Formats: sequence, C-alpha cells, structure tokens
Amino acid sequence: MREIDVRQVEETVYALFMSACCEIGEDVLALLRAGEREEESPFGREVLRQLIRNDELAAERRMPICQDTGMAVIFMEVGQDVHFAGGDVNAAIEEGVRRAYRDGCFRASVLSPLERVNTKDNTPAIVHLRIVPGERVTLTAAPKGFGSENMSRLWMLTPSQGVEGVKHAVVETVRLAGGNPCPPVVVGVGIGGTAECAMLMAKHSLTRDCGRPSADSMLADMERELLARINDLGIGPQGLGGRITALAVHIEQMPTHIAGLPVAVNMQCHAARHKTATI
Amino acid sequence: MSKAIHAPLREEEVASLRAGDSVLLSGTIYTGRDAAHKRLCALIEEGRPLPFNMKNQVIYYAGPCPAKPGDAIGSCGPTTSYRMDAYAPVLCDLGLIGMIGKGQRGEAVVDAIRRNGGVYFAATGGAGALIATSVTSARVIAFEDLGTEAVRELTVENLPLIVAIDAHGGNLYEEGPKKYCR
Repeated sequence: MREIDVRQVEETVYALFMSACCEIGEDVLALLRAGEREEESPFGREVLRQLIRNDELAAERRMPICQDTGMAVIFMEVGQDVHFAGGDVNAAIEEGVRRAYRDGCFRASVLSPLERVNTKDNTPAIVHLRIVPGERVTLTAAPKGFGSENMSRLWMLTPSQGVEGVKHAVVETVRLAGGNPCPPVVVGVGIGGTAECAMLMAKHSLTRDCGRPSADSMLADMERELLARINDLGIGPQGLGGRITALAVHIEQMPTHIAGLPVAVNMQCHAARHKTATI
Repeated sequence: MSKAIHAPLREEEVASLRAGDSVLLSGTIYTGRDAAHKRLCALIEEGRPLPFNMKNQVIYYAGPCPAKPGDAIGSCGPTTSYRMDAYAPVLCDLGLIGMIGKGQRGEAVVDAIRRNGGVYFAATGGAGALIATSVTSARVIAFEDLGTEAVRELTVENLPLIVAIDAHGGNLYEEGPKKYCR
C-alpha cells in the first residue's frame, strides 16, 4: 500500500488546470496548421490563422486560450493500493480547482442550474473516478466549454439501425450544430453501454491526443470515414463555409444490451484542452 | 481588404455592409450575454430605463475572463449567439444596430435585422486571447452582481469581424457552407 497526501492531489489538480487553460497541446496546434494548409475557403484560412496566433499568444502571455475556461472536468484513475491521507481527497480536488481559477484569472462560469446563482470559484469540479490496479494516481484535467457541450447529443438507436445508423447519428449531430460549437471541432463518440456510459465514453475519448486513431482498427476506420463525411458538410471553420469542419473523430465502444444501440456524441471545440499527470 | 467602421454605427455605414465583408471595428461597444439580456428585457417590460440607450449601439455577446494586473481585460471571445435570439428582436426594435457573436441566428432575429437596418457580425470563437488585444478599456456599467455576465462598456480598436448577416438578406452562415458542401 502506498500513502499519498491529499495536498499532492490538490497541487497536481492546480498545476494541470493552470497549464490546460493557457497552453493548447501540440496535437491540436499541428492539426490547426495542417488545416490551414488544406482549407480552400479564404474565411476558413483566416479563421485558422487567427486561432493559431491566438493559441501562441495565450501560451506566451499565460492567458486563457478561450474566455470559456469551462467546467473543470477531471478523469481520475486511482490505484487500488493507494491510501489517501491528510484529509478529504474530494475537498483537495475542489481546492486545486478553486485556486487555479483564481490565480490564473480564469472565468468563474459555474452556477446553480435553476436559480442561476454563480458559485464564484468555478467549483464544483466534475470528477470521473476509476479504480485501477497498482499504487499510482493519474489525473487528467479537461476544462470543457459549453458552446460545444450544448451541441452534444444522445441517440438511443435500435439494433436494426446498425453501423450505418451510428454513422448517420454522428454526422447529423455535427450538421445540426453548424457553426455553434466553434468548428473546427473534435467529435467524441461513445457507442454502446448504457445511456450515461455512452456519454462518458464520448467525453473520455476527447482526452486522447487529438487525431491519434483508436487502437481498435475497426474503430480507427470508422473514425477516418466519419471525419471525411463531416468535412464534406461544408460547415468549415466557425461555420462560415469551408473544408475543415472537424480536426478529428474519436470513438470508444463497449458492449451494450440486446435491445439497444446507444450512441453519444460529445462535441469539443478547437480549444481541445487536456493535460495529464501521474502521482 | 478590411473596412474600418466606428461604433456607435451610423445607419448609412451599416446599410453599406454586406455578408462576407471583413471589417475592423473601433469605438464603444457593450458586452451582454444570457443573464444581462434577461434583465434588459425585464426592465423594458416594466417600462423602466435601460443602463444605456440602444440607439445605434453594438452589443457584443461576451463574458470575459478577469483582467490580469495591468491588462484592460482578460480573454474575451464571443459566445454562441442563438441563446440571445429570444431577446434580440426587442432590443433591435429599440434601436440596437449591431450584434457581435458567433453562430447562426433564428428567423426572428434575421427579420429584426432586416426591419431595422441592422447587422450581425461574427467574431472568431475561441480566439479570446487575441481579441483581448483589441480591447483598450473595459468598465462595468450595469448588473455588477452578475460577475462575468455584467454589462461592460468596452473601448475597442480594430476588432476584426466578418459581416455574417446583413440587412439585405445576405447570410454567410447559409451561403458559406452551401459553397463547400459536397
């Protein structure tokens, strides 16, 4: 058994959000640059140039890439031989988020859903916990903006709709979203499981390095095909028309029920922020 | 080639704009997003005065990050506009001449733009750090309790925008994708 002080968890969460909100990954930058070379629309090219300049400027000046510094989504994998000591680990995570959003001058975007009263420190975080073998803790911070989150969709298909139904659901979600989710987007897809599990897979797929194909060759083929179909929609950067509507499609799957075929599509804007650290 | 325009905007200036024009906007604009729009429309319904006169003004759908010490403003890109569709026609009919945001607008807003000789500009969503460099001053003028959603008066210099919807039926969100769809 390994003992981990919850203050170490707090510091890790703090550092991950400080970095994630200001520094876009090389994975995304490389795809934006490739997109700028391929884009046929003059507006599209100009938008992509602005995004690349924006992302470089944000890293240089330690400013948020986007004013929507999102809800603080955290994927946490905890080794089963870990014992957290020194306090409540949940409180430590919240404190890491609270301090990062204050010190980084990030936006407090979180409020009570009905009364609409802001919590003023961007808490609570959205934490997805998984117990894994071993004695390490891996944390991924993925701040999630709501321009794209609002365009996400859950499709509870029937088995008869099959693979083609799944593909249609994904492309249709992107088509209906148009310019709203800040294209070029990354499209996270979860197939199977239950309703909530499908959406969680879709979200988790967005923590993969942007554009890295699925390890499952069947899913990798589907990702490639869907990316081509999405980029034929013509939506383009910011929805003003063009070729580069999506930078990547990421798919995860798991077994589902004999009666069902859930498909969740979690839309991610071009500010596809995710940073990972292991304790 | 971008056309320089100045807010508050003149009617003739707006009438000359066409969907697809690139402009650089300077002058004074006001931020307002979901919660501020709800309050503005409540004030109108109650017949009470608004925090600023809408005539010929431009509203920017934005909720900025807090400014770092020494900066005028934090990251300050546009938010998605359709959420303001329920409120925008009322404000347009009171003289609001321009809106800045991102994404397609509903039919009622397109009609209000045409009816009032208005314009809807697209700013680049997710370019918040870059856009902040065009903002030279910011001060809260209403609804301070709303935090980032308060109404701020911004002074902007050469803010790069694209005319997305004009008063003559032009709509880049419809025409653009049609051109590239296959």
